[in-house]
Amino acid sequence: MMLGKLQVPPSVKKGEPFEIRVLVQHPMETGYRRDLNGMSIPMHIVDKLVCRVGGREILRAELGTGIAANPYLAFYATASESGEVEVEWSDNRGDTGRVTARFTVA
Amino acid sequence: MKLGAAIVLLAVAPVFAQEPARPAPLTPGSEFQSPEARQMQFDDFANPGLLWVERGEKLWSQPRGETNKSCASCHGDARQSMKTAAARHPRYYEKLGVLDLEGRIKACVVQNQKAPDLPWESQDLLSLSTYVARQAKGQHIVPSAGSQPASALRASYERGRRLYFERQGQLNLACNNCHDANWGKTLLAERISQGHPGDWPAYRIEWQTLGSLQRRLRACYFGVRAELPPLGSPDLVALEVYLAERAKGLELSPPGVRR
Amino acid sequence: MKRRTFLKRSTLAVTAAAVPALAQQPTRFQPAQDVKPLLAEITKGAVVDEGGIEVQLPQIAENGNSVPMHIKVDHPMAPADFVAAIHIVAERNPRPLVASFHLKPEAGRAEVSTRVRLAGTQTVRVLAAMSDGRFRIVQQDVLVTAAACLDESM
Repeated sequence: MMLGKLQVPPSVKKGEPFEIRVLVQHPMETGYRRDLNGMSIPMHIVDKLVCRVGGREILRAELGTGIAANPYLAFYATASESGEVEVEWSDNRGDTGRVTARFTVA
Repeated sequence: MKLGAAIVLLAVAPVFAQEPARPAPLTPGSEFQSPEARQMQFDDFANPGLLWVERGEKLWSQPRGETNKSCASCHGDARQSMKTAAARHPRYYEKLGVLDLEGRIKACVVQNQKAPDLPWESQDLLSLSTYVARQAKGQHIVPSAGSQPASALRASYERGRRLYFERQGQLNLACNNCHDANWGKTLLAERISQGHPGDWPAYRIEWQTLGSLQRRLRACYFGVRAELPPLGSPDLVALEVYLAERAKGLELSPPGVRR
Repeated sequence: MKRRTFLKRSTLAVTAAAVPALAQQPTRFQPAQDVKPLLAEITKGAVVDEGGIEVQLPQIAENGNSVPMHIKVDHPMAPADFVAAIHIVAERNPRPLVASFHLKPEAGRAEVSTRVRLAGTQTVRVLAAMSDGRFRIVQQDVLVTAAACLDESM
């Protein structure tokens, strides 16, 4: 399980966009670097990330080697009732990560 | 923050005599970074170094080794027990010698937890040292010389001071040539910092990962085309001792973000 | 070649070339690619309007390994009319399509922030796809003083 952090405001207004921030620990290896022996370091990146609010998908990201190491994403969501933000991601080796946070609708 | 630091600096006087002038005003490394890097460092969510802090927090409570004890078993809540640890290292330990924070953690893991050694720059060691260092955020550097037998730390301090002023490498530069004489000036696209240890371990964008102060000092040796002292070398620790004394009173803000 | 020498030379070349806009990018390393085929592949011949997207990128990126980027498409997110996707294209990266963000109307705002890698001074383009099939595009030049992706140091 990869390490990730999720920031969601604890309380949001009904129907009003609120910011979601995600930070994932991952080298996002491009595949272009070489190690100290001159050997190519294989590509290793988080390529898929999805965010669901109250079980419904609001954002799906396809990431490439052009995203910086330890990927950071911030985006918006709306909700009409209290619930949970869920962010799930996977890398090209099949490793996955998942973080969740609850919020209430004021 | 700056005013508070200035007041503390005025109140603190160097312990060792014959000490060369420190840069004035004493300015943390974050002030010499780009606005983007500085913003990243002071973002309490998006600072990439905080990923290592979170990992370190988990490791802190993990039992390890023959004793099956965790760091917490002896040290309890790090937020209390480690509040000033990073501000007071490197320091002298009887039977162990002068150790920086990573060295102290390594020694604790091997001797007190009776667990396999955590190699220098390993993810586990960095996670723990960043977590511990983070607890001292906002503290001011208090080099141990004042509370320890001056002679014990003295040799390391003198060695560090000699190294700081000694020209090295193919470029034949000493630390003071840049960090005392030319801090604030632009070298290629970068502004030269004063070379303080306060925000370390730090996330270095060039490394695309977090690293220790020892790694950063080695990168400086590389920069002047000198032979790199190995990780854990007494030379690197000695430099850290000198830098801590030189930065006495500076406010800590680890983990830093550097270019 | 030592990495520092490479960086010094490439930085000098970059700063020298930066003055007459980006028309004369040094070709000693990764040159800019023609991204029109890539854009056509995404838009499939649809109408592409210029403008209507606010992009925040630093004018000078100290290190191409991590460049903060903020994108805001000036368009509502209504159930029947919303921004369906945002694509980031970096013409000089070895893989020019940096990321694609697919949005649902419930996102509320077509606004994303991230940190990208830039393999040298270049023009970065943001392409937004609307739910009605139309597209928008904007571009911004970024001067990168230490390139990413192709820096082979450890």
